Amino acid sequence: MKEDKKTLERMLEGDLPWEQLKSIIADHKDPNRFDMILEILQEKLKWKDQIILPLHEHLYIVSKGGDRIVKCDCGYEFGDYKINWKSKCRIRVRDTFEQIEELYPKDMGCDEKWEELREFYCPGCFSLLDVEAVPPGYPVIFNFLPDIDNFYEKWLGKNPPDKK
Amino acid sequence: MESKKIGWNGKSLKEMLEESEKRLEEKKSYYGIESLSLKEENPFKYERAYASLRGALVSARETALHVAASPIVTEIGELCFGLYTPEGDSIAVSTGILVHIHTMSEGIKFMIREGYEEDPTINQGDIFLNNDPQCGNVHTTDVQTLIPIFWEEELIGWAGGVTHQIDIGGITPGHTLVSSIQRFDDGVYYTCRKIGSNDKIWRDHMISARKSVRSPLYWELDEKCRLAGNLMIRDAVYEFIEREGVDYYKQFIREAIEEGRQILQKRVKERLIPGRYRAASFMDLPMKNQAWVPIARVDKLSNHPVEIVVKEDGSFFLSFDGASAGGANAFNCDKGAMEGGQWVLLTQVLIYGDKVNDGAYYAVEKEYPLGSWANPGDPYLSYQAPWGNLIPAYTTMMKCLSYGLFARGFREEVVPGYGFTGDSIQGGGVYNAGPLIGERWMLSTFEISGQGLGASAVRDGLNWGYAMWNPESDLGDVETWELFQGGIPYLSRKVKPNIAGYGKYRGGGNYGSTAFIANSEKVEFFAGREGLVFHGSGGMHGGYPNSTSYRLQATNTNLEEIFRNKRDYPMSDDDTTNGEFERFLHGDIDRKPIGTIYPISLNNYDIIHFSESGGPGYGDPLERKVESIKHDLDEGLYTSEIVNKVFGVIAKFDDTANEWVIDNKATNERREEIKNERKEKSLSFEEFWEYERKKITDGNLYEAVKVMYSESLKLSKKWGKEFKEFWKLSEDFQIEVK
Repeated sequence: MKEDKKTLERMLEGDLPWEQLKSIIADHKDPNRFDMILEILQEKLKWKDQIILPLHEHLYIVSKGGDRIVKCDCGYEFGDYKINWKSKCRIRVRDTFEQIEELYPKDMGCDEKWEELREFYCPGCFSLLDVEAVPPGYPVIFNFLPDIDNFYEKWLGKNPPDKK
Repeated sequence: MESKKIGWNGKSLKEMLEESEKRLEEKKSYYGIESLSLKEENPFKYERAYASLRGALVSARETALHVAASPIVTEIGELCFGLYTPEGDSIAVSTGILVHIHTMSEGIKFMIREGYEEDPTINQGDIFLNNDPQCGNVHTTDVQTLIPIFWEEELIGWAGGVTHQIDIGGITPGHTLVSSIQRFDDGVYYTCRKIGSNDKIWRDHMISARKSVRSPLYWELDEKCRLAGNLMIRDAVYEFIEREGVDYYKQFIREAIEEGRQILQKRVKERLIPGRYRAASFMDLPMKNQAWVPIARVDKLSNHPVEIVVKEDGSFFLSFDGASAGGANAFNCDKGAMEGGQWVLLTQVLIYGDKVNDGAYYAVEKEYPLGSWANPGDPYLSYQAPWGNLIPAYTTMMKCLSYGLFARGFREEVVPGYGFTGDSIQGGGVYNAGPLIGERWMLSTFEISGQGLGASAVRDGLNWGYAMWNPESDLGDVETWELFQGGIPYLSRKVKPNIAGYGKYRGGGNYGSTAFIANSEKVEFFAGREGLVFHGSGGMHGGYPNSTSYRLQATNTNLEEIFRNKRDYPMSDDDTTNGEFERFLHGDIDRKPIGTIYPISLNNYDIIHFSESGGPGYGDPLERKVESIKHDLDEGLYTSEIVNKVFGVIAKFDDTANEWVIDNKATNERREEIKNERKEKSLSFEEFWEYERKKITDGNLYEAVKVMYSESLKLSKKWGKEFKEFWKLSEDFQIEVK
């Protein structure tokens, strides 16, 4: 299905009516989707660093001074994309009954002896970037490490944006 | 005397299987096929051929389910049929519980490897029954019927059908038994056993089987349902061969599987990004104060670390390295269960609509660590309720795939996780009044087939309408469930607030139900779901997990008097600190924060409350549009208290207009206040690291958590090394457990 930019913009904003969204879900995917999303996202950002890969609702792997870094849409820079961006976050740990009950009604949240909630915030804008529900003492999880060069070169058949 | 070989060109089935495996190993393609020549020569004929087989399987399923009587089969459609090569590789499957694409494959391969060709022999018209998790099945409750299909003197394939039973004759009534701790508790076992010949089920088998379960009528009709479907498939294969010729058939089935392998790789390249994906989920089994057998009296926490490596060629490697141990509980998984959980997911998110068969199985490399819950290596453990671990683990696999889907731009396909198809209240009793007096009723509602779907990155999750693990998603009608569980009529089924996972896009919501015991005696009740931990691995990109389950029962109640005096009775439990149970009832009201309970006894006018699962959320809840919050409040999906605390939205109910009204100014202030709280109450990563590390080094962890770490450290050097490196612990660090 050929997708137009305006439709995709509305989809990213969460404004696409279900009838249209349903056909996007059900139809064959447009092979141009990745390029179009990249174009839309790049136009929306306040800064000019080139996006290499959208990583998260707020985070992007971008090219900066020859490096590939993770950057928030607010402008905060997390550094090398090969290092877990969570290690640069501000973190709130909810590991008491009272702290968990602030979010979940009694009996409907985790037991603090078995599991805790960790909220990872962007140090720049304090958007909530991730919530981990893990046992106390669990190492922080590095969710996604993309193989950028193989993606561009082998799958898309072109050079990554920072190697043109 | 050597028996006649039934494979192709004078070979035995074992020789055919060995050749197939050798060709795959050498050529890295199914049966060593280098090109899809039939498709290239005449694609229309090829596609028509596949569609005719697929259509025959779907038709067999749709027809056969009317032979069954069990509501789990007829109402929810918990059955599936497949066509297999002589070596046991699936060529095509029907709609239904696609869990079983590969499970029946393993059953057939087991028979081949064990020499069934010589003894007990495999002949036209033979019927084999299998429900053994050691032979490819998920759990004993899924019962498979397999028949060989011969053309002239050669075996050209197998037809297989599977249905989910209401009861399997286990340690307690039910289909997913939480109190089962060893093989001998799991119910009746049929290990690829011949149970019929000349297309007829032997009488001695049926007599024995009827005595082996608590629902003999359903068992007998389910057996006939599976056999009827298989015979329809066999007829369709004969029609195919008469139309296309046996040589075309033989080549076609190989190429269709190879195409299935190629399709998965192409779809991966179309939708994901090569690289490494990781997430982890957990499951609680609080049995310390519940189990009957001493060895099972432990609180257990399972670790489900998932790693997927998507490779350059579009194949991928799936690993559960670091998983904690199996044990004396019902949640152990053997290979059939692991494959089943994986395929029900992949067929819905990556390979739907195309050639769904074992080709995709050959495109995925996997690691199920020996000794872990994912491969305990002990046939005498219980494998009765593997979904207790499969659901959290494979929900986490979907979260991993979602990181790739998001990065590739397919945000509409993102799903952070699925509702737990698990508040499977079970048990049963005996009628002591009414027309069915003396007869047994089974508590086996399959409302679990309608759960809240996780949010996507562009919209909210579907409410009460999706179950990844039961793809024919449907809550079912209350009236239908009451037909066979008449001893526990419903008082209500209504939307339960605060179940849906929070986020910019919320997870799907769900219902809560209340029911009471009537006209019965000898009633047993139990249930299984997560309770002390969030299942899955939480939300995604700032979304929160959906709520956990809990148990609420009232015994010794005055419900009879309430009915007599026509007073209000509890219909929900919207406020868990002061609910309708406490306000309307007299009696012993028992609340527990756990989801899994061993059987308890209930009497007439005792009441239970249970609820299905919501889905996890996506994105920061402070970014949720206020008009969406108003809708949530009007629909009863969240309470105003939660909306205030989590979403930072202030709303008041307008009695005149009968709707919620948002106070925008107060909402803006509240959201700013929450942002400030985030600044004040958060730690730098270094402070966090010191704080959390101390939990490990001080050893003040709860015993179940310590045991989990200890098991994972012992079972995996790699996981253990990363754990120690992350916390900068010595190489010989161990966690001491009792």
